[in-house]
Amino acid sequence: MSDLRPTRPVPFRGGGFSPERKRGVGLLVFVGLIGFLEFGTRVGFITNLTMPRPTDVFWTLVDLWRSGLLWKHLVPSVTRLIVGAILGASAGIGVGILIGLFSFIRAGLVPLVAAIFPIPKIALLPLFVIWFGIDETSKYALIAFGTFTPTVVATYGAVDNVDRGLIRMGQSFGLSWTSLVRKIVFPGALPGILSGLRVSLAIAIILLVAAEMLGAEYGIGAYILEAGSLYDLERLFAGVTILSILGVSVSVLIGQVERIFLGWR
Amino acid sequence: MDLLLKNISHSYGDTEVLRDISLDIPAGQIVCIVGPSGCGKSTLLRLIGGLEQPDRGQVLQVGSPPPGCLNPLTFVFQDFALLPWRTAAGNVSLVLEDHHLGKKKMQAIIDDVLKRTRLTEFRTALPRQLSGGMKQRVAIARALAVNPSVMLMDEPLSALDAQTRELLMDDIVDLWTRTPFTAVYVTHNLAEAVRLGHRIVVLSRRPGEICEIVDIDRALNRRALGDADLDAQQKYLWSLMRDQAIAADQELLDV
Repeated sequence: MSDLRPTRPVPFRGGGFSPERKRGVGLLVFVGLIGFLEFGTRVGFITNLTMPRPTDVFWTLVDLWRSGLLWKHLVPSVTRLIVGAILGASAGIGVGILIGLFSFIRAGLVPLVAAIFPIPKIALLPLFVIWFGIDETSKYALIAFGTFTPTVVATYGAVDNVDRGLIRMGQSFGLSWTSLVRKIVFPGALPGILSGLRVSLAIAIILLVAAEMLGAEYGIGAYILEAGSLYDLERLFAGVTILSILGVSVSVLIGQVERIFLGWR
Repeated sequence: MDLLLKNISHSYGDTEVLRDISLDIPAGQIVCIVGPSGCGKSTLLRLIGGLEQPDRGQVLQVGSPPPGCLNPLTFVFQDFALLPWRTAAGNVSLVLEDHHLGKKKMQAIIDDVLKRTRLTEFRTALPRQLSGGMKQRVAIARALAVNPSVMLMDEPLSALDAQTRELLMDDIVDLWTRTPFTAVYVTHNLAEAVRLGHRIVVLSRRPGEICEIVDIDRALNRRALGDADLDAQQKYLWSLMRDQAIAADQELLDV
């Protein structure tokens, strides 16, 4: 007797929920968006008053580069970003590790960090100007301070997440305290620290622009402010484009660092 | 070096885990500690290894560790506890680096222990590339590298599948037969206990007390899988533990 019961394949219900590397999709989104703006401004359903034409922005950038003004604005900005971010991030990682390791420091500093975190750091710029003077130092301090708090929070969270079993193992083999921290705690916390840095460095770029808007002759922020007050949208967008490129570069840089140091994952 | 446990009691908060444990761990023997889950076996091991302090009682080292011993009491953990960012050789070198042995001596030790655990070809492999059994062999190599007087093994085979467990038991027997070492071996698996233990200590359910100590005289390399005598010993141990295990199981459900 043949089996007459209905037969059908088992429906597939698995898959998904695991990020895969898709090349070129990010680029496609950029190209699509810019292409749409270009098309819109050329056909006319987007007026030049609402959005500048992408090619005009591009030529503005080329002019900026040819005239040599690009470097005049970019060099001080990038210097401020690098100095400020390195100061803030290294202090943040240091304090974060101390908070993660010592209960006393944690009890003392976590509330303080929580109190400082929500302050818009830009509001403190006048204070920094009084403390450090109107020149570069106050800008470094502002960027450093803004990078510091998110880095601290990310770092002590990452230290808390280091596998306690590994630390017990280190202790059971009689490793010295410095070895425990250097060889187990720090590498174990590194993934969390680096993903925290992605956020901190984006904040650093925002603060860089804000600081330059409030008082700088040269710098991307000053350039954008000048273009904005003249309602020169092409130059405004040229400045914004530079910032975006800066942000993407920072992200790529961290990605490279992750690839080198976190290859074991 | 022998270990002597004197009247050890320990509690976590209001929960008494161990009560009045006195035990002698003679050099050159493997002492297995078995008992139902939650009876404080692993706690006892951590107390022996100095990772925790007992509320009452003492753990004493009798005699001095042999020369060349870098870490007298050395753990092998259930979850291997390998640093995922270091290679097999790197994980072994971790525990040697603080002892300032010099590059050559360190290399020699690493080569030797990897050879003894048959891992020479995998010295540059990262833990994620290794199977569970190989990971535990790296952990055993790391323990051997510091030339311990007493190995403290905390359910070292429990995270492995039955076949790997069988193979690794043979490895442990081989290692012991070539150079006898002292070990305290905590397990809930009675088959492991009768295969590897010279002396088997049965703990009662919480609070853990010693309810019996069984000595097995037969040489380790003459104990095979499915041996009738060993099966009888295992049955006997199970008869001691069965009611305790059922009660412990009920208790866990109540928590």
